[in-house]
Amino acid sequence: MKSNVALELKNITKTFGSVVANKNVSIQVKKGEILSILGENGSGKTTLMNMVSGIYYPDSGEMFIDGDPVTIASPKDAFNYKIGMIHQHFKLVDVFSAAENIILGLEDKNGFNMTEYVKKIKEITDLYGFDLDPYKKIYEMSVSEKQTVEIIKVLFRGADILILDEPTAVLTPQETVKLFAVLRKMRESGKAIIIITHKLHEVLSLSDSVAVLRKGEYIGTVKTAETNESQLTEMMVGKKISLNIERSEPQNSEDRLVVNKINCINREGVKVLDDVSFTARSGEILGIAGIAGSGQRELLEAIAGLQYLNDGEVLYNNPKTKTTENLRDKTPIQIRQLGVRLAFVPEDRLGMGLVGNMDIVDNMMLRSYKKGKSAFLQRKSPKSLAEEIIDRLEVVTPSTSTPVRRLSGGNVQKILVGREIASSPTVLMAAYPVRGLDINSSYTIYNLLNEQKQKGVAVIFVGEDLDVLLELCDRIMVIGGGRVTGIVDGRTATKEEIGLLMTKTADEQKQDKGGAVENE
Amino acid sequence: MLATIIQRAVMQGTPLLFGSTGEILTEKSGHLNLGIPGIMYVGAISGVAGAFLYEQSTAMLNPFLAVFIPLICCLIGSMFMGLIYCFLTVTLRANQNVTGLALTTFGIGIGNFFGGSLIKLVDTDVPSISLSTTSVIFKTQIPFANKMGWFGDVFFSYGFLVYVAIIVALISSYVLNKTRVGLHLRSVGESPETADAAGINVTKYKYVSTCIGSAIAGLGGLYYVMDYANGVWSNNGFGDRGWLSIALVIFSVWRPSLSILGSILFGFLYVIPTYIPNITVSTKILFEMLPYVVTILVLVITSIRDKKENQPPASLGLAYFREER
Repeated sequence: MKSNVALELKNITKTFGSVVANKNVSIQVKKGEILSILGENGSGKTTLMNMVSGIYYPDSGEMFIDGDPVTIASPKDAFNYKIGMIHQHFKLVDVFSAAENIILGLEDKNGFNMTEYVKKIKEITDLYGFDLDPYKKIYEMSVSEKQTVEIIKVLFRGADILILDEPTAVLTPQETVKLFAVLRKMRESGKAIIIITHKLHEVLSLSDSVAVLRKGEYIGTVKTAETNESQLTEMMVGKKISLNIERSEPQNSEDRLVVNKINCINREGVKVLDDVSFTARSGEILGIAGIAGSGQRELLEAIAGLQYLNDGEVLYNNPKTKTTENLRDKTPIQIRQLGVRLAFVPEDRLGMGLVGNMDIVDNMMLRSYKKGKSAFLQRKSPKSLAEEIIDRLEVVTPSTSTPVRRLSGGNVQKILVGREIASSPTVLMAAYPVRGLDINSSYTIYNLLNEQKQKGVAVIFVGEDLDVLLELCDRIMVIGGGRVTGIVDGRTATKEEIGLLMTKTADEQKQDKGGAVENE
Repeated sequence: MLATIIQRAVMQGTPLLFGSTGEILTEKSGHLNLGIPGIMYVGAISGVAGAFLYEQSTAMLNPFLAVFIPLICCLIGSMFMGLIYCFLTVTLRANQNVTGLALTTFGIGIGNFFGGSLIKLVDTDVPSISLSTTSVIFKTQIPFANKMGWFGDVFFSYGFLVYVAIIVALISSYVLNKTRVGLHLRSVGESPETADAAGINVTKYKYVSTCIGSAIAGLGGLYYVMDYANGVWSNNGFGDRGWLSIALVIFSVWRPSLSILGSILFGFLYVIPTYIPNITVSTKILFEMLPYVVTILVLVITSIRDKKENQPPASLGLAYFREER
């Protein structure tokens, strides 16, 4: 018996080591239906879909396609079951034309006939209303055109179940509208579509039903027509959990850093910071919340002088000289000398700030090498600094001469944060300093930040865990799509409030203002 | 006079054409094989060894076997070198530059060692191996060539390997640009992760193209000894032609069809000093630099124009790891 359900997952569980990425997830998507999978970063959305597309294999659980139980062990299997996934990072060959990329890897008994392929591609583009020149080279294309190529690639292979991983993350509002129109046409022609997203308004305007994941757990599926923003937000962020992080009242607060309407356009021409304004005060922890990639990194880099700003100013009130200086005119070294410190903990911990093959002492010297007077290295004071950090932060290492890359992630982060704090900063910026750390190490870092706050340092803390932000920070600034969507008081704000602000993107704000919300 | 110069230029260019066609195929799979000079030496000495042993074993040479045996020996020898390179760089992911340079040193050493010691196998007084009988067969021209004046000299006066070189270059060009295999091969060199995701066997493509490329390059060495040098092996006689063929790859912006013309131009620059009257040794050496100067110019021009199609394959020189979580 053929059922109307195109794809069904039952009790899927997947763990990576001790981390549970998906726990008992059950979803189903019908033919001619658009299902949204909604969740915060790290809630396991992509992992789940990677299992459907054969990249990972689930630890337990069952999958059904058209009602028949199936095993998907490789991308090839997924392709045989007519499942096509469009990843967030496109897999395309730059110097090839669109058509060449679309047919790449296909085995065809009828020989290799480019004109024939182009004709078939044209049929698909006409059917769904895509706008694509098959002979255009990928490197000449915009991001949205590249995405179109990826979608046609899976359609060309005859996919009936399409999975799109955050398809709108890289698109402009106009392009998003266009993509949604195409997706609706596909729905009409009977395809089952799954989109992974964290943007609420997209979920509401596009999909028929919504499955919500939170920290790997399956929360539930609701019909889009029967739900609203606040219910979905609550499902997504959950109830507040108490963590007992100590928080002292800010003392003698004064404005240390005044960021005034800064704009930044990245190399791809995307506006990553859009009129961002805020004030960081001394003796206070300012939290920054937001979906990953909303401009947090660029914002911190802009303050540290590592990012070119198209517009705006970053004013620094120097506590020693009582003068105000614009950091935009200064080099990163000058900014550092003023006492502005950036402890950036990026996705790969060693990527920025530490050199993996050098030992702890050498890494300490990366920040002080300019101080040396003679031609020879003086390792004495960095060595005592390294010993002090190891001692105070309980870094687990055989010795100070151990290469940093041999240490565990948590210890690497402690060294990085410890080194930045050691230079007695006036502004300390830390991005995701507890990512990947166990509970104890996390608390060590929180205590460090608190200690700095009590010393009168203006601390800027970019975090992912809303519970931590709510307990640690005095004020929380929420950014979405490069814009400040709100600044709330850390003592009174609720999780739902922040969750809503986070999912509000720039284009939605504009739509709110214009009053014309594209909705069906 | 002009006909003779062109003729000499083509003969000079042929080893370079073999070398560059082989190297282009290899580089299109994303592997920079700097072992080509060594591989060409090994190709040459393998062919020489085969021919030498065959000449020694029989008094009457069978023309077919006299060509076939050195050819097969050459292909096997150079392919084996390609296989060593592949195993190190594809399977073990060793650094491509270091591996290639090591193979060059190794290959030249092998060539000179066996080139010097093969002669000890027979009791003769001649100082080096001379395979004149085999060479004559390799150099057999199309019968009517010398009856056609300058036209025959320019087009039909060569041994068969010259035509093989041109045909192989044309076939490579066709395969790379007009077939599915070529599309897949280019995708492997441009973006192995994309190729992998599309279900293309990256390792297989890298191995096959590098080994075939090495075999083609090896033929360049064989042509040099059997045809150009009249079957006489002399140590280091092949000179820097291996490096010139790598330069030719850049000169022809990774297009085998262009490299046919490029090889003749390089050959022309190589032979032209001999035809200038009263030339001094120092000027002659300056002339020998010209191919490299031209290559640098091409590099400068393509870099300034920055056209994506004229750039080396995007992942050239990078080892490919399939990302695993």
